[in-house]
Amino acid sequence: MSAPHPLEVPLLTRRLHQAGYDGSLAAYRAGGGYRQFERAVTSLTPDQVTDMIKDSGLRGRGGAGFATGLKWSFMPKESVKPHYLLVNADESEPGTFKDRLLMERDPHLVVEGAAIAAYAIRARQVYVYVRGEYRHPRACMDRAIAEARADGLLGRNLFGTPYSLEMHTHPGAGAYICGEETALMESLEGKRGHPRPKPPFPAGFGAWGMPTTINNVETVATAPVILEMGALEYRKHGTPNSPGTFLVGVSGHVKRPGVYELPLGIPARAVIDEVCGGVRGGRRLKAFYVGGSSTGLLPAQHADVPLDHDSVRKLGVMLGTGGLVVMDESACIVRATMVLADFYDHETCGQCSQCRVGMEWCYQIIRRIELGQGQPDDVATLLDLIENFAGGKTICAFADGAAMPYRTAIQAFRAEWDEHVRRGGCPFAQSGERALEAVHA
Amino acid sequence: MNALVTPELRAEFDALCGRYPQRRAALLPILHRVQDVHGWISRAAMEEIADYLGIPPVEVQGVVSFYPMLRQEPAGRHIVSVCKNISCDLLGCRELLAAIQGRFGVKPGETSGGGAFTLFAAQCLGACGYGPMMDVDGTYHENLTPEAAVEILEKLR
Ligand SMILES: Cc1cc2nc3c(=O)[nH]c(=O)nc-3n(C[C@H](O)[C@H](O)[C@H](O)COP(=O)(O)O)c2cc1C
Ligand code: SF4
Ligand code: FES
Repeated sequence: MSAPHPLEVPLLTRRLHQAGYDGSLAAYRAGGGYRQFERAVTSLTPDQVTDMIKDSGLRGRGGAGFATGLKWSFMPKESVKPHYLLVNADESEPGTFKDRLLMERDPHLVVEGAAIAAYAIRARQVYVYVRGEYRHPRACMDRAIAEARADGLLGRNLFGTPYSLEMHTHPGAGAYICGEETALMESLEGKRGHPRPKPPFPAGFGAWGMPTTINNVETVATAPVILEMGALEYRKHGTPNSPGTFLVGVSGHVKRPGVYELPLGIPARAVIDEVCGGVRGGRRLKAFYVGGSSTGLLPAQHADVPLDHDSVRKLGVMLGTGGLVVMDESACIVRATMVLADFYDHETCGQCSQCRVGMEWCYQIIRRIELGQGQPDDVATLLDLIENFAGGKTICAFADGAAMPYRTAIQAFRAEWDEHVRRGGCPFAQSGERALEAVHA
Repeated sequence: MNALVTPELRAEFDALCGRYPQRRAALLPILHRVQDVHGWISRAAMEEIADYLGIPPVEVQGVVSFYPMLRQEPAGRHIVSVCKNISCDLLGCRELLAAIQGRFGVKPGETSGGGAFTLFAAQCLGACGYGPMMDVDGTYHENLTPEAAVEILEKLR
């Protein structure tokens, strides 16, 4: 990989910029790899590790931004039950492709991070749940785990202590909902991926009914970095309430798409214009999904928003997974929303009727607006439908997530929706109509 | 009986089961393995797996029917998935699908003549920055043009 962009702060990704770095155990160890895990196990208590993560202010990178140290501290301290760490590598949120980079290019960072997290929550077993389509990333993780085991970094009585740790990957099979934490547990147990009602919460009743913590790949991969540099140093990056760096995966209409490690709080415009070289073809920015489709859409006039949890929330969207999807002025908002509505309709698990029926109706209505059969009150109906399934009315946050791109697209681009209905079709030049029919017939 | 779960596969399955506190957790990895070997998951296969894990066959079928990657009918020799989600849509996955249809006469869900491949239009595959893309038997082909996609598929036998 080439040199990092000047705005990048490569903490997790610093090895990836070294010439010839191959992600092997030898290469990882040569740069000080696994020293933080060894240090944790031999000279820190689980609570001390948890406190360091608390002090760093790290917030989960899987979407919700929950405080990681706090989550770890919910795990029971005295308990005869087995504890589990689940690493969420389901990465299926549209626009998100960053965990894959870590697993493919520096899998030992993920293994070490997971090992540190497991130690902190008193788990002796880690399952890394990798989406089924990620064969290559999972193979990279399997190889790294095997190397670590062969080298005595996993297994029994690590570093001459009583602590033992096992780790395995586990494949998903193409269902987006299995990224939701309780659906992931059901799926791991060999069942349909149906989210569980909460409470009970995973720290008390998780996988197989045992105390369980679930963290995103990037979240655990940040743990060795924090232990190595110290919470205070880590906090020098980012903002007070969103400390550190995060992996931003930029896709869509930019000149240099890709995954970049950037400090939280960086303005979206700096990411798009400077890091990614701006919008392609000399066109203008129209809108962007902030951090995966379920976080919602912002129009270009909000491009100066700093990408931290508080700033984006003030605009009614969420930071999510760092998957920034950029659309230039040639993109049709209704079409983009239709593509996502097809996705949510396909991926609802169907347990809650508001969600199951709501996703289907939304898709049908948005599709007919885009294809030219919109009715005068369709947009109002959509807004109505959204209020019916959004706002914590369902078992899991899937329905709220689906509401975000629909609602924000209508709010910011109402005129474009009305224009579709009025003229009986899409005003944007569309190519590949046959393929459109093939996909959305 | 037990035509599918050969002693070799059984040994693999035993090892998989040993990773979990409950054997049933090995179900998804086992189903993937069976699909890799046989190309799809038949009723008979489900019954054997259910028998092996000691769970009712209907439970296995319930799982198979839930997960989009698990196929309940035979498919072509290769599985081709073109991502149709947001980032790839912005970058021209429709042109890819149109080119594939033009050259091979297949739409998503269909198998090419001679059974070389079955085409799917997939949801986001985690390659958003490198679209448009397609997944051929688990290998990602990224930053594709319609011509490049057709060329890759022409080599499939
Ligand atoms: C529908 C849905 C899908 C999700 N998909 C993922 C995912 O693919 N990867 C992920 O890490 N978190 C995903 N999450 C969030 C998880 O439920 C959970 O909050 C997260 O894994 C916790 O890890 P963190 O605290 O490290 O962020 C999803 C949530 C929902 C509601
Ligand atoms: S909100 Fe939707 S995805 Fe979540 S449990 Fe209910 S039906 Fe399933
Ligand atoms: S949108 Fe195509 S890979 Fe994510």
